[in-house]
Amino acid sequence: MNNAAALQATALGKRYGSNWALHNCDLSIPPGSVTALVGPNGAGKTTLLQLAVGLIEPTTGTISVLGHGPRTEPLAVLPRVGFVAQDHPLPRRFTIGETLKLGRELNSSWDDAVADRRIDELGLSRRQRIQTLSGGQQAQVALTLALAKRPQLLLLDEPVASLDPLARREFLTGVLQAVADAGITVVLSSHIVADLERICDRLIILANGRTQIVGTIEEILAGHRLLTGPRTDAGAVARVHQVIRESHTERQTTLLVRANGHVYDACWEMHEVDLEEIVLAYLGMTSAAARVEARAEAAR
Amino acid sequence: MIEFHLETRSGVPTYLQLVQQVRQAVRLGILHPGDQLPTVKEVVEQLTINPNTVLRAYRELDLEGLVEGRRGVGTFIASGQPPVPPNDVKTLRSSLQRWIDRARTAGLDDENMAALFVDTLRPPSISQVA
Repeated sequence: MNNAAALQATALGKRYGSNWALHNCDLSIPPGSVTALVGPNGAGKTTLLQLAVGLIEPTTGTISVLGHGPRTEPLAVLPRVGFVAQDHPLPRRFTIGETLKLGRELNSSWDDAVADRRIDELGLSRRQRIQTLSGGQQAQVALTLALAKRPQLLLLDEPVASLDPLARREFLTGVLQAVADAGITVVLSSHIVADLERICDRLIILANGRTQIVGTIEEILAGHRLLTGPRTDAGAVARVHQVIRESHTERQTTLLVRANGHVYDACWEMHEVDLEEIVLAYLGMTSAAARVEARAEAAR
Repeated sequence: MIEFHLETRSGVPTYLQLVQQVRQAVRLGILHPGDQLPTVKEVVEQLTINPNTVLRAYRELDLEGLVEGRRGVGTFIASGQPPVPPNDVKTLRSSLQRWIDRARTAGLDDENMAALFVDTLRPPSISQVA
């Protein structure tokens, strides 16, 4: 089972009432990779992670984690998966020592050496109570609990959203060291796009419950171009390439396109685009589409 | 031992930045055959980057024959890498300095000079826009 995708979704969907939190999602995450799940709040990131650990059941399609279904074979999945939920909840009145003891009792694969080394490296004492720790320290303790079960797959839901830049950097260093040490697969959701390029090798952009793009960062960078030229209609370009964002001034048109093969057109000057701009264009596209929908709704 | 740095806004992929820094350090004689590169874990800790990126950079350098990985020990600059003799570097640098002085007198700023240098370096067929 070593060659199985760490996480594989096929036509995966989750509906709450009439609202699809996740719709028709297909993706495959190779073992050993670090993948970012990017999208605005409400895009479906948490839903996907909760489906991966079997906290909720899919409405459509299937999800397989380390080769097994998280709902049908939880014992083949859960001991091998570390999950840090949003806001890294911990028992606030417990000391760090008590929290680690809880982790040891609840996890058969618990490794004291991993937990002890991390707590020492963080300069924390086992007698400190969780509620006296800073947000960054609490996040690090939550990560310690997840890593001490020696997972093959680590799922992190918005792990750094509430942390200051230094704490964010230290937390991510801890995650990446675990990747270097144990070759684990990491999937982390984030609405912060800065720094993704240095941390991740793959990206999934989610918006409105749908995957907008899935791929390695290199593929994504190579597949997008910014075109500038004299003011014109985007129609001709849109017939060949997918126009993600267009803007016009009186004399100039600027298009961000997902190129379908090579862009050869003397009318356009072609530029490379950085990852942050690509991500924002996708998120902007969907928020613009949502605004149009909202206006149409209001007019009815 | 060298310490890597990253330019996040350069547009150059991270692994390639690491590759270029090693090549540069060998060329300038900062790294010699037998010198060890930082371990993957050290680079991860220092730069907060994906270990797969470091591995990829080291693999690339290995394929080029510039470094050799010794299993369980680390990655080392391969023997038989003739670095530019430091004397040559010195002479070249001082003649480049004279060129820079002339260019500055002619009214070129740093950016103009860099553009001119890169453009001259590049074979003419590639400089044309794709």
